[in-house]
Amino acid sequence: MAMSMNRRVFKWSTWLGWQLESNWTDPFPFIIYSIAKPIAGSLILVVMYSIIAGIGGQTDVGLFHYMYVSNAFFMFVAQVLFGITWVIHDDREHYRTLKYLYISPSNFFVYMLGRTISKLLVTTFAVIITMAFGVFFLGVPLDILGVNWLLFIVVMFIGLACVMSFGLALAGISFLTAKHSMGMNEGVAGIFYMFCGVIFPISILPGWGITLAKTLPVTYWLELIRRTLGLGEGIDTALASISTVDCMLILTISTIVFAVISVGVFKLGDYVARSKGLIDMTTAY
Amino acid sequence: MTKYAVETSDLCRDFKVRQVKGESKKSTVHALDNANIQIKEGELFGLLGPNGAGKTTLIKILCTLLLPSSGTAKVMGHDVNTECQEIRQKINMVSGGETSGYGLLTVRENLWMFSQFYGMPSKLAKRRIDNMLEIMDLSDKKDAKVRTLSTGQRQKANMIRGFITDPDLIFLDEPTLGLDVNASRLIRDFIHKWMKDKPSRTVLLTTHYMAEAEELCDRVAIIDNGKVLACDTTNNLKKLISKESALKLQIKQITDVKSFESIPGVRNFAFHHDATTGTTDLKFILEDEAIVADIVAEVPKCGSKIISVEKTEPTLEDVFVALVGRGLHEG
Repeated sequence: MAMSMNRRVFKWSTWLGWQLESNWTDPFPFIIYSIAKPIAGSLILVVMYSIIAGIGGQTDVGLFHYMYVSNAFFMFVAQVLFGITWVIHDDREHYRTLKYLYISPSNFFVYMLGRTISKLLVTTFAVIITMAFGVFFLGVPLDILGVNWLLFIVVMFIGLACVMSFGLALAGISFLTAKHSMGMNEGVAGIFYMFCGVIFPISILPGWGITLAKTLPVTYWLELIRRTLGLGEGIDTALASISTVDCMLILTISTIVFAVISVGVFKLGDYVARSKGLIDMTTAY
Repeated sequence: MTKYAVETSDLCRDFKVRQVKGESKKSTVHALDNANIQIKEGELFGLLGPNGAGKTTLIKILCTLLLPSSGTAKVMGHDVNTECQEIRQKINMVSGGETSGYGLLTVRENLWMFSQFYGMPSKLAKRRIDNMLEIMDLSDKKDAKVRTLSTGQRQKANMIRGFITDPDLIFLDEPTLGLDVNASRLIRDFIHKWMKDKPSRTVLLTTHYMAEAEELCDRVAIIDNGKVLACDTTNNLKKLISKESALKLQIKQITDVKSFESIPGVRNFAFHHDATTGTTDLKFILEDEAIVADIVAEVPKCGSKIISVEKTEPTLEDVFVALVGRGLHEG
C-alpha cells in the first residue's frame, strides 16, 4: 500500500517537475533554449581558460579538459542544489501549494525526490550537449570506446545520491528561510565550486583549502568522473596519490554519512518550521 | 459513546513577534489561549471571530501544519503532535481568498495530480474530478490553464481539490471569501449536500459571514483573542442574549462614537461607517429597552441626525457583539 502510494507520488511529482521545467514555452523554443544554454556556458569556459592561459602562460591543454569536464558535471551540483530548494520556495510562495502537499498523506521525501529527478533529466541533457560540443568543436579528446561505462554509471549514481543529499539538507533549511535567502544555496554551491576542483585543481589551494576540499565528497566525485572519462587526469597532484578504488570508497562512505546527516537536517528543518508556523509562510517578496 | 472528530484541551499557541521591524526584543502574542473545543463526527461546526482571533491558527494546528505551544489536540482520535500521518489520511483543507495551484497546468491536471498525492485509484479519481467539475460549474474550464482562471474559478478549483479525496473531516477556512453571491451560494449548497450524502462527514468552517454560519452550522464557537467565548447551536447562542434588546440605528456619519459606549445600560455596541452613503450604522445590545430614549437623545449631541431606528430580534451577530464587544468587521 505504502509502496504503491510512493510510486504514484514519485511518478506525478516527477511529471510535475518536468511540466514546470518545460511547460513555460512551446517545445521548439524550449529545445533551442536547452541547447543554447549549455553551449553558451561552454564558450564562457573557453574565454576563462584563454584568460588564465594568457595571464599565467599556461599551455597545458589538459587543464582545459580538466576545467571543461569538471564544469560540465558541476551543472548537476548547481542545478540540484538550486532546484531542490527552489521547490520549497516556489511551492510555498508562488504556487501556494506547499501546505496542501504537506498535509497530504504522501511522503514528502518522495515528492522532493520526484521533483529533483526532473531537474536531473534536464541537467543530463545539458551535460550531454556540453560534452558533445566540447568533443566536436573544442577538441576535448573523449574516447567513448575507452571509457569504463560501468564504473562511470556507478560513480554517477553515487555522486548524484550525494548531491541530492546535500539538496535535501538545504531543502530542510529552506523551510525556515524566506524566498530572498536563495543566497544560502548559491553560497553552498560556491563553496563546492571553489573547493572541489571545478575551475582549477585543488592542489593550487592553500593547505587549509586542500584539507577542506578533501572532506567534500564532490571533490572525489568529480575526480572519479575525470578518471573514468580519461579527461584531465593527473592534473590535480593533490588527488593523484589516491587510487580510484580509494576515491570510490571515500565517495561512498562520505555519501552515506552526508545522506544520514541530510535526512536529520531535513527533519529538523521540517520540525522547526512546523513549530514556528513557517510551512505556509509567504513573504510577499 | 460520542465520537469526536476534533477534541482540544487547553490548547495554546504563542508566537514571538517583533513589534517594530528591526527591533531585537520580541513580544509574545497568544494566538490561542486555552482553547477547548469538541466537534462531534458528522457535525458542521463553525468558528466565528474577527481577524486575528485565532481561527486560522486553530485550523493550522488541526491540519498538522503547526505545532501547539501547549495543551492537546486530537483529530479523528489522533494526536496532532505525534500521529500526523494517521490524521493526514483522513483530512483535507481549503483556504479561501488565495490563488493556489500550478498556473502552468490545466485545471484537470492540477486536480489529477493532487488526487494522486492522496493515493486515489485512477478510475475513482477521474470520476470524482469530472463529477465535481460539473457540480462546481467548471466543466468548460477543465482544460484551461489555471493561470487563466478568474479568482472565483480558482477558488472553485481549490474547493474541488479539497473535496475530491472525500475526507472524513474537511477544514474550510473562509471558503467563500471574495466570491460573488452566486459562487458563494453554489459552495454553500454543495457543502450542505456533501454533509447530507454521508452523515459521518465532518466540516470545520471558519467564516466572516454571520449569515453563512447561521445557515450552515450545527454549532458555532465564537472566538476572540485566542479564547473560545461561547460554543453552542446558533439558537442556544441567541438565547444567551434573549433577555437583552438589540437596537440598530442608522445615523448621519460621525467620527466619534465613544459617547454611546458610556450610556448606562449599553452592554455592548458595534459600529460601521459607510463612506459611500455617508452614514454610520450603530448596533447596540441593551440591558433594558428603556435606554433606547437615552441613545436617541445622544445622537443630536454628537452633531448627527437619525436616519432609521430598528429594534431587532437577536441574531448571531448580536451574540457576537455582546460577547466580543465589537463587530466582526471592526479591527
